[in-house]
Amino acid sequence: MTHSPDIAAPAPEAIEEASFLRDTLRAFRKNRMAMVGLVFVTVLVLAAAFAPWISPHDPYRVALDEQLLPSSTTYWLGTDNFGRDVLTRILYGARVSLVVGIVPSLISLSIGTVLGILSGYLGGKTDFAIMRLADMMIAFPSLLLAMVVMYTLGANLLNIFLALALVGWASVARVVRSQTLALREKEFIEAARANGTKRGVIMFRHIFPNVIPTLIVLFSLSIPEAIMWESSLSFLGVGVQPPGASWGLLVAKGKEYMFQAPAVAIAPGIAILLTVLAFNFIGDGLRDALDPSMKD
Amino acid sequence: MTASSDTILSVRGLRTEFKGDRGHVRVLDDVSFDVGRGKIVGLVGESGSGKSMTALSLMGLVPKPQGHVSASSILLDGTDISRLDAAGMRRIRGRDIAMVFQEPMTSLNPVRRVWEQVGEPLAIHKGLGRRAIRARVLEMFELVGIPEPKTRLDAYPHELSGGLRQRAMIAMGLICEPKLLIADEPTTALDVTTQAQILRLMRDLRDRVGTSIIMITHDLGIIAEMCDEVNVMYAGQMVEQADVFDLFERPSHPYTRGLLASIPRATEPRTARRMPSIPGMVPNLAKLPPGCRFSPRCGDVMPICQRAPDLVGIGSGHAARCWLHAPQDALPQEGTS
Repeated sequence: MTHSPDIAAPAPEAIEEASFLRDTLRAFRKNRMAMVGLVFVTVLVLAAAFAPWISPHDPYRVALDEQLLPSSTTYWLGTDNFGRDVLTRILYGARVSLVVGIVPSLISLSIGTVLGILSGYLGGKTDFAIMRLADMMIAFPSLLLAMVVMYTLGANLLNIFLALALVGWASVARVVRSQTLALREKEFIEAARANGTKRGVIMFRHIFPNVIPTLIVLFSLSIPEAIMWESSLSFLGVGVQPPGASWGLLVAKGKEYMFQAPAVAIAPGIAILLTVLAFNFIGDGLRDALDPSMKD
Repeated sequence: MTASSDTILSVRGLRTEFKGDRGHVRVLDDVSFDVGRGKIVGLVGESGSGKSMTALSLMGLVPKPQGHVSASSILLDGTDISRLDAAGMRRIRGRDIAMVFQEPMTSLNPVRRVWEQVGEPLAIHKGLGRRAIRARVLEMFELVGIPEPKTRLDAYPHELSGGLRQRAMIAMGLICEPKLLIADEPTTALDVTTQAQILRLMRDLRDRVGTSIIMITHDLGIIAEMCDEVNVMYAGQMVEQADVFDLFERPSHPYTRGLLASIPRATEPRTARRMPSIPGMVPNLAKLPPGCRFSPRCGDVMPICQRAPDLVGIGSGHAARCWLHAPQDALPQEGTS
């Protein structure tokens, strides 16, 4: 029997392609915490992107007569030690912190996933080489490594990405490798081999989709970590340079005035906290939504 | 059994070894058998006798750095596949020989839709597009009797019962119309009624599609039900080969007799306190007894069993590896008469 004509011939393709996304979205929408996180992150991204239009203040204008003011209708969160509006600097800092949170995580996740799957599935000498490299990265003090990169290549955003990816991929590779080792013994991998599937296809089509839930968790964990890393590097003077703003830098500089104007340090700290939480909720929601057995 | 036009698979001198820390272990020793075109051939034996290893060796799926497979010849429809390299073997797998595994619950990737997996051999070997594959998978689902096949295409494996998954696996195995299907205990993980359905389905498909089947099982009931010819394996060797009626009529190797005696029968009065069984266990392949491998467990053991017997013909396509059936000065002789 062929495809029965009562169903329009091109329809199944279209239905099938759409339904995976739709299923996932439906499952995601049902998760309230994840939706809250998503809304928060969306608002934050928009606010950061449109900061010049939202805020009436200039984040770099120094007004020494308006130092460390308490919150008011003009300066909602008060001003810092140079008289700059704290809320405006948080909005501008969000640009750096969000990008630094997401981009290096994506880079280290991609590198770690590819190397981890190769290492776990191919085994042998490939495995040995990749894992010894990862051991070296993990054994080496990562802050020192990141600082060396920043010192030698210069303190700019691109080098922060590079430094964080260099530090981050090894632990991802290890987790993915161990997952791959468990997966390659599964019967469905043997069944795929019995179908004459090529190694590359097995790794990409059969192993990789099974690793995705783990990757999402790793991703949602590595965003806060990267934000913290950026803070540390900025704090040590090799990250974002003043008067530029990033949340880590704001906390680091603001803590000197904790007692006169607590909002200067605490507000960006709360921003970090909320963003990290939001990403964690999104991560959890996505992991559940992407797992077929969690759908009903 | 020798006419090549009627023989889809002819295995000669298959030998599989594993390299371990304590030397080589030969898990298959000089295994030879034939599969007739359109026939269902059984491989029986206890766990560890080498049934599954025979299947993996034929498929070229023996784990690589440790395992080593060699054979005088493995003729698949006249082509010697034992000489193929890895890429050549990959082109054969799924297209000319397919395999159905024991565990339908774990043989399907949990995160991929059923139709994508069942249709994968078509994408690999025939390069079909998605829509053509979907249509063909639907046909196969109907062929293997999956109810509501249209709605099942987009299901995930966990949404199907064990019986349906095994039907899907059979659909996957047959989708490229292979010359040979190897079924490795395809019903062991299923409940009894589903077992019967799956077995009937496989026999049906053999009749309609004409695929030859190697049926690996430890269940002699399935052998009696399904198979045309039977190969009994013990400790990596063929110990008896016969037509299925002949085997049940006159089992010639003491091991086969033991297996047959171990089948529980509900009709007998339950006087015996224990079910009959063969004493002892399958020997460790690294420490085989000298001579006949079954001799330590054999009730008919004789002094000559210290020497390894050959597989010798005992008439009408029946062969056994036992001194009971060989003249003591008999020269080694191929057991495929």
